[in-house]
Amino acid sequence: MDKFQIQSMNLHYGKFHALKNINLNMQKNKITAFIGPSGCGKSTLLKSLNRMNDLVEGCKITGSLKLDGEDIYGNMDVNVLRKRVGMVFQKANPFPMSVYDNIAFGPRTHGVKNKKQLDEIVEQTLKDAAIWDELKDRLKKSALGLSGGQQQRLCIARALAVKPEVLLMDEATSALDPISTGKIEELCMKLKNEYTIIMVTHNMQQALRVSDYTAFFLLGEMIEYNDTDTIFSSPKEQKTEEYITGRFG
Amino acid sequence: MRLGKIRETAMQGVFFLTAITSIAAVVIICIFLFCNGIPAMAKIGFSEFLGGQKWSPTNVPPSFGIFDMIIGSIYVTAGALVIGVPVGILTAVFLARFCPASLYKVLKPATELLAGIPSIVYGFFGLMVIVPLIRQYFGGNGSSLLAASIVLGIMILPTIIGVSESAIRAVPESYYEGALALGATKERSVFKTILPASKSGVLAGVVLGIGRAIGETMAVVLIAGNQVQIPKSITDGVRTLTANIVLEMGYSTGLHREALIATGVVLFVFILLITLSMQAIKSRSENHG
Repeated sequence: MDKFQIQSMNLHYGKFHALKNINLNMQKNKITAFIGPSGCGKSTLLKSLNRMNDLVEGCKITGSLKLDGEDIYGNMDVNVLRKRVGMVFQKANPFPMSVYDNIAFGPRTHGVKNKKQLDEIVEQTLKDAAIWDELKDRLKKSALGLSGGQQQRLCIARALAVKPEVLLMDEATSALDPISTGKIEELCMKLKNEYTIIMVTHNMQQALRVSDYTAFFLLGEMIEYNDTDTIFSSPKEQKTEEYITGRFG
Repeated sequence: MRLGKIRETAMQGVFFLTAITSIAAVVIICIFLFCNGIPAMAKIGFSEFLGGQKWSPTNVPPSFGIFDMIIGSIYVTAGALVIGVPVGILTAVFLARFCPASLYKVLKPATELLAGIPSIVYGFFGLMVIVPLIRQYFGGNGSSLLAASIVLGIMILPTIIGVSESAIRAVPESYYEGALALGATKERSVFKTILPASKSGVLAGVVLGIGRAIGETMAVVLIAGNQVQIPKSITDGVRTLTANIVLEMGYSTGLHREALIATGVVLFVFILLITLSMQAIKSRSENHG
């Protein structure tokens, strides 16, 4: 089943045509990876899915983007959209507060006040994000004291705490060491049973290891989209093949 | 080559001299204050001077108790904070996060202009506008703790706004984006992530404001009433340490004059404490990024 349906979408930053006629459907409970060289528009497309692009001045989008058939840029409340479509950023950005308050921030935002209920959410979310054992004794400590990998997994947990349907990951492991990266990849595979995950990655091995579907972007165009095995074993487009074999990019 | 070297040495000397000037000024002021003030305090008696509630320097025998004025300065400063802190911080938040660029071009210089207005003009404004309003709506003669608090509250705004705004702007944008991405509204993202993250900078602005308020003289002396008493309500008159000095310095002699300088010492100690807490805040915020 399709979680996202994107039809003839174009995006301009001022005069710059950043995304050109994108048509793409992404499936529920799968991991979709966006790959391509820097500046190809993959992060831009990702940020269009939860309207974080609204923050960029002069960003204009035409065409249709739908979440479960509902127009993202239509009547949908942007805060509700962002609750449904969570995001993990390239650089871990825990708030300068305790681990507990980081996780509780989202639920509190959406009206959970009961202390016991919050305790349960924090524990359950940290368990879901496979970081409970590491953090259970440091819940009241500042999140800024955690290692980079822990911070990023905390951010994943924080995103999960509002019970989203989708998780967008914008090069979420690019600043991490291989062990932390491995843990997050493992986590993604576990999470896809309950969530739809869309990740932007520069690491082709990662796309191959983790994702079910892969879309290859180049200069604002989507060159090819298929299941990951096909893309990496027998790409239809020559440009895709050149990119994944490392001839450019 | 050698000429260049000589020039460099000479310039180093000039820089050293200019640097030493401000330090020398502080040292000389300290020496002056303490050499004149401490003996006077000793003569009057430290507890008599600081804790005494009777100030009648021209009586025979005279009494020099400045307790009411210490309390007066603290009340007036606290009153200024009650008005200046919320308005100042909210203005800073508005300027940094909500203000459209076109409005910012007007608002920002306006807040800076506020800092440039001479304090006597503030006092005049207070006397002609605030005092009559208070007389009309709250009773009393209008010159009061309330009047001084309002005017001082306005006077410390530019300090609080300026320092707080730069503190708010220094917060990484990633906190804001992180909160938005969780579905928080813009207001919640600003007030629950950005503002708490900037708290040490904002606090520094408030402390600077306290320094400004406690040291202010001309505006206060015109509108505070200047009665030596601990005010029982906000419409009562109040005399601050600074007002005490400026009111009586002109005609004082002997121990009276020394007692006024000793009042200056007390003021100086207040400012010293404020500066020290400022340093503490700064080093704390550096340690915590």
